Amino acid sequence: MTKQAEWVAACAADALRPEEVRRLDHGGRTFVIVRSPEGDYFAMDGHCSHEKVHLADGIVDGGIIECPKHFGTFDYRTGESRALPACVDLQSYEVKIENGIVMVKV
Amino acid sequence: MSTHSTIAIVGAGEAGTAAALALRERGWEESVVLIGNESSLPYERPPLSKAVLVDETRPGPKTIVTSERLSELKIDYRHGCEVVSIDRTASMVILSNGAKIGYHRLLLATGARPRDLNVPIAEGSRVATLRSYEDATRLRELIGQGCEMAVIGGGFIGLEVAASSILRGASVIVFEAGSRILSRAVPVGIAELIRAKHERSGVRIETTAVVERIELCEGRSCVVLAGGQRHLADLVIVGVGATPNVELAQAAGLAVDNGIALDEMLATSDPRVFAAGDCCSFPHRLYGKRIRLEAWRNAQRQGVIAAANMVGEDRPYDDLPWFWSDQYDETLQMVGLCCGGEIPVVRSLGPRGQLLFSLVDGGRLVAACGFGSLGAVAKEIRVAETIIRRELKVEAEALANPALNLKQLL
Repeated sequence: MTKQAEWVAACAADALRPEEVRRLDHGGRTFVIVRSPEGDYFAMDGHCSHEKVHLADGIVDGGIIECPKHFGTFDYRTGESRALPACVDLQSYEVKIENGIVMVKV
Repeated sequence: MSTHSTIAIVGAGEAGTAAALALRERGWEESVVLIGNESSLPYERPPLSKAVLVDETRPGPKTIVTSERLSELKIDYRHGCEVVSIDRTASMVILSNGAKIGYHRLLLATGARPRDLNVPIAEGSRVATLRSYEDATRLRELIGQGCEMAVIGGGFIGLEVAASSILRGASVIVFEAGSRILSRAVPVGIAELIRAKHERSGVRIETTAVVERIELCEGRSCVVLAGGQRHLADLVIVGVGATPNVELAQAAGLAVDNGIALDEMLATSDPRVFAAGDCCSFPHRLYGKRIRLEAWRNAQRQGVIAAANMVGEDRPYDDLPWFWSDQYDETLQMVGLCCGGEIPVVRSLGPRGQLLFSLVDGGRLVAACGFGSLGAVAKEIRVAETIIRRELKVEAEALANPALNLKQLL
């Protein structure tokens, strides 16, 4: 069931502070958007790959987003899992800023 | 392969498996043997009293690692194997099938087992405990619409089983011997919230209810309390704590003190033998005493630290105690440890939950506990963890002020 990727508006670029996370729900799926300390924006799947828990409720620090429930961690730039119990990588998505809005290609 | 370069791990639960994986992560290239007494792949126990009990559509236990990953990492996983003894003079463990495994370092991750109720139980009565996946699936068959259940013990396991059973349409009464539920671990204010949640969901909770014996009455199990009150049930589940599995260590002459006794590096009284998880006790720098924890995160992280120290690192284990429990759609999280005499400070998150901080004299935070929606509770507990670890002094008024972001206290 491949579906045409589309660009979705997540939030104003200014609305995110460095290493702040925002949840984006779209088309029955959920994503997280994170702004890095360098001011770049990244998007990946919003549920932890260990259990269906919203990563947006977790903390972000030093390039890592941590699941609020069991402390599985992911590199928010790539979606790679970094610490157990998370052992499956998350998909990351292309991001662009358009007219001050963070757009995610999902 | 030289047996002298083998690291043997007894117990393939959370601690043992985490250790095996961590050995490879830390570059240990010699042999790793992981010995488990269950037949399946290593699996997570926390879901056993929660999702596994509720949902029969789950295909099997939630495994910690796949068999592909184990072979990729060359972890020699011996499942369905019981270790019968340790010969420390010969540096070998002996399996029930007679096989011998030599070790350079040995990790004991033998876990714990449900504590006995220690009362007379009539033959033929239906009384069960919960520790393994097999226990959980067998109980799931028995717990259904109209099943009348008695749960003995108002601790985490008992209450999670109660919540899961209500969701399956059973009726549940909980008998707790103490004056309140969760008295061992959870501050009274939060325990009250959890009790109210259970009662709203239809669970009956009887405190100061000391079980004297279990009889068989017309094919049903009858819980008899001190004082003579009798309660009939189709199924009785006992959740009165856990006993560390120390027998193997004890027989090998290793020091035992409320669990296999470790130093802060997680080594036993034999510097070549380590332990991790529910089976061990260890000194904690923040609490100035020896503690033993029955907790998932502790098991996992001790496994990792023990692995590091077995390959020559020098890392004291000083992770904070951390627990979580799911009760219906809400989560409890706790960090730190109360030793008595703390001052409680309540922080209300409105309808989303409540936090309770425990301060000692002078304003140092030693523990925090929250109950409510995961999104509301988790971040606050995470910040509290940092405050506790850094031994920061905080104002009670600041903690109690929901308008103040806790991060500002760091």
